[in-house]
Amino acid sequence: MSTDEKVNEVSADTGDQDPITPSSGNDATSQADEDGATGPIILFFIVGLIASLIVGWVIFPQLLYSQKRQPVGFNHALHNEEVDNECESCHFFREDGTYSGVPKLAQCIECHEEVQGEDPEEAKFVNEYVAKGREVPWLIYSRQPDNVFFSHVAHVKTAQMECVTCHGNIGESESLKVYEENRISGYSRDIWGKNIAGFKRNSWDRMKMDDCSECHVKENINQNSVQTLKGGCFVCHK
Amino acid sequence: MENAKKFGMVIDLDKCTGCGACMVACMAENNIPFRADNTDKMLSISWMHVYKLNNRKLFPDYEECYLPRPCQHCEGHGGHSPCVSVCPATATDYDMDTGIVSQIYPRCFGCRYCMAACPYHVRQFNWWDPLWPDGMEKMLNPSVSVRMRGVVEKCSFCIQRYQQAKDRAYMEGRREIAEDEYQTACTQACPAGAIVFGDLNNPEHAVHQLAQPDPARHGHSKNPRAFRLLERLGTNTKIYYLSSREWVRKAGDNYLEGEFKSKAHS
Repeated sequence: MSTDEKVNEVSADTGDQDPITPSSGNDATSQADEDGATGPIILFFIVGLIASLIVGWVIFPQLLYSQKRQPVGFNHALHNEEVDNECESCHFFREDGTYSGVPKLAQCIECHEEVQGEDPEEAKFVNEYVAKGREVPWLIYSRQPDNVFFSHVAHVKTAQMECVTCHGNIGESESLKVYEENRISGYSRDIWGKNIAGFKRNSWDRMKMDDCSECHVKENINQNSVQTLKGGCFVCHK
Repeated sequence: MENAKKFGMVIDLDKCTGCGACMVACMAENNIPFRADNTDKMLSISWMHVYKLNNRKLFPDYEECYLPRPCQHCEGHGGHSPCVSVCPATATDYDMDTGIVSQIYPRCFGCRYCMAACPYHVRQFNWWDPLWPDGMEKMLNPSVSVRMRGVVEKCSFCIQRYQQAKDRAYMEGRREIAEDEYQTACTQACPAGAIVFGDLNNPEHAVHQLAQPDPARHGHSKNPRAFRLLERLGTNTKIYYLSSREWVRKAGDNYLEGEFKSKAHS
């Protein structure tokens, strides 16, 4: 390539209307396109970007979760006033250290053999479940995957943690919230958390492995594995 | 780390009759899948496997010996067991607190490097999703997660029993568990009492007294009856075998002709 041609090429790039040389012929035609279509093309991409952000952050998360109602309404606040031993009155430890979790019908029957109050939910509970001897198919917000081993006794008895730290102020709620189930994984939305971007403000906003390990790293619990130099896998997995 | 455990096993081959109760107990305890035809051992899965050895002599000198083989839970040097070192997914790891090589099934993507690296063939691959005969899924152990197609699995030293034992101890306000609170399914099933399980770091446990591991020689046993499988690879395994017969001890490693002295190598 001669020196002249190089000069022409540079000037064509900068937009000057120099005589067209064979090597810079294509630049001139593309330049004409840009003059007319740059604006609409940029607008098209901006609109497309905004549309895909809306789809990704608003529409998809709404489609991702199905909404389910609990079979029977339950008022934690009301029950908390009636019982003696706070949460542990109904959610108790068995002698072997396992945790009972959601109460079975047998516990509820101790008080709800007959309808006690005026609440239609209680009447529904007594008529449909107590009278027929059927267990209530509660939807469990904190259900973990099959391979997770979680020891309530290690956290509550040994580490003296409060229920609120992971479960939030559920004990003060007057009704059960809607159970949102991830249509793909089948897990409750409470595992990932309400915030789809994964930000959390309170320790009870999420129940992911990250949230467990965050505390385990901070408190230096079983941080003696060889590959990760963090917690051993079999501490929380099975 | 001051209370670090090192769970291990001593298997007395003089007592083993090869009945296979340990294999059955292991299958039941750990939800191990099986197929209608489980005879092809390249495709079937068993965490505990009983091998039959013989001394390669003809009658009347013929002798045989059964050798149960769970995962050897190699410590290697500083926890770098062969499978842990090669896993690209951190699906398997070595816990210095318990000395157990863990396997997390949903993390495993089935590359099977660990199977190639393991000198003991303890790792097995799920070629199919488990399919239980009708109604049998109700008999699965809820404390053990069921594996899916495409992942590797192996003996976990019945880790769920350790978790349960710790739960009970915490409930009673203890931080330590007793020797008999955590025993593997194969140990308890063995009718001959050939398998002993416990903490190799604890001098009060029977395994420590039988295995007599020498910390200065990477756990090499001081017991003249004891040997470990392929010990010269440096895998530093936690399964010690006992035998009073020299050819059995010799069979535990690939010795050259005339190399073997009165006792396992130093």
